[in-house]
Amino acid sequence: MLAVTDLCSGYGPIRVLNRLSLTVKAGEFVGILGHNGMGKSTLLKTLIGLLPTTSGQISFDGADITMAPPHRRARLGVGYVPQGRGILPGLTVRDNLLFAAAALKKPADQLDEVLADFPRLKNLLARPGGALSGGEQQLLALARTLIQKPRIVLLDEPTEGIQPSIIDEIIDLLNHLRNRRNLTVLLVEQNIDFIRGLSDRVLLIQRGTIVSELSVSQLTDSTAMGDFSGVVP
Amino acid sequence: MIVTIIYLVMYSIALLTLISLGLAVIFGLMKVINLAHGEFIMLGAYVCVLCTDAGLPLWLAFLAAFVGVGLFGIVVERLLIRFLYGRIIDTLLATWGLSLFMVGIITTVFGPQARSVPLSFGNVQMGGMSFSSYNFVLMAVAALMIAVTWAILRYTTFGLIVRGTMQRADMASALGVNRNMVYMTTFGYGAALAGLAGAVLAPMTGASPNMGQFFISKAFVTVIVGGQLPLTGTISASGLFGVIDGSVSYFWSSIVGEVSTLVAAVMLLRLLPSGITGKMRSGL
Repeated sequence: MLAVTDLCSGYGPIRVLNRLSLTVKAGEFVGILGHNGMGKSTLLKTLIGLLPTTSGQISFDGADITMAPPHRRARLGVGYVPQGRGILPGLTVRDNLLFAAAALKKPADQLDEVLADFPRLKNLLARPGGALSGGEQQLLALARTLIQKPRIVLLDEPTEGIQPSIIDEIIDLLNHLRNRRNLTVLLVEQNIDFIRGLSDRVLLIQRGTIVSELSVSQLTDSTAMGDFSGVVP
Repeated sequence: MIVTIIYLVMYSIALLTLISLGLAVIFGLMKVINLAHGEFIMLGAYVCVLCTDAGLPLWLAFLAAFVGVGLFGIVVERLLIRFLYGRIIDTLLATWGLSLFMVGIITTVFGPQARSVPLSFGNVQMGGMSFSSYNFVLMAVAALMIAVTWAILRYTTFGLIVRGTMQRADMASALGVNRNMVYMTTFGYGAALAGLAGAVLAPMTGASPNMGQFFISKAFVTVIVGGQLPLTGTISASGLFGVIDGSVSYFWSSIVGEVSTLVAAVMLLRLLPSGITGKMRSGL
């Protein structure tokens, strides 16, 4: 479904991604594990188009989207949940959700359907997005993506700055959603438990490129830590 | 006396709202300061003059100015502004250049002398003073501009898209919003408001190539003091300056009134450097 070939990207003259290649098949849940500064967020930003590709190719469902602007990718079915969640702080929870539906010209009546999976958000609909806790914002960011019915979801460090009890809840929720909606997900994380709890296979990223692939059963703490970076965390 | 003061204050508020709202919409939603705003007003005045000269009724001339200057704004956004987003100094220079260009073109085409709109409105007697009843048209249009802009932003899908995009443009585009379309339309709407303002002012001020300079400074001060929220900012800043200007003008003169609004603006910006609504996170 998603095929990335020799992707290079970065911030101005600073190259962060270095000939990175990967593929994600429909229905798959792929985790990318890596430390800070290895290019995880840069990869997702480049895939959604917020950062320009300097060389290489991104194809989605056979279509070349390497040069497409972000909104075109979103309209093709690429959903994006950024690090820091990207909530629109001045809009209410309801408007955040309706905004996402309106941006893709989807009918607003999907609001109730999505809220059925996010009971916590139901009581917060009139609250400004900026007034929510980190965990609530993460739920809102997920709900906001799902109302768009994306074909693939790019998920950037959903556990960052969230208390452990909510992390377990998010794992359960994502597994549930995945079974129900047949989601395809590309997740980047540095939390091993989280990535193990969800992924079909795990790729290790180092210095802007994929260095190895592991099945989830191989992902014990010790092997992972060794391969992870070579640096003791 | 009270009636006269209220009238003067209302008139002053309406005038400031009229000339500022277009600038405030463009600044608040896009963080672009359009120094050619005064010339957009001037262009609206010329459209009004030409339409009434051609025998069209005044309300149709207003509509023509709104639509015509709005389309002109879209062209300007496509040819000039869109290359300069996020570069506030560059947009200042570019729009200033545009304003000089527009003054030059209009002077070349229509000549330097003022053109006027023949007006057949009567006067109203109030508190021993006589006012043109056209001033009530001006107030009504200012109120309508505020109400319609608020309704668009608050109740339409497009308004929701604009409100979200003004908060986080990058996130909005990642969610599927075509930023270019939003910016183009918003700039066009701000320009259209300026054009309408010019057309409404034309029967009082006439139309002349240099009239924009008279309005831009007042509009600029109102928008800066109002801060980032286009509607709340414009209403509160116009309200404040309107009260000061209207009441001081009544007791002294309109010159002292204008001086006192400027003094008030300087003091207010000392206390609230980002304007009245600068710290407000949500709202319109």
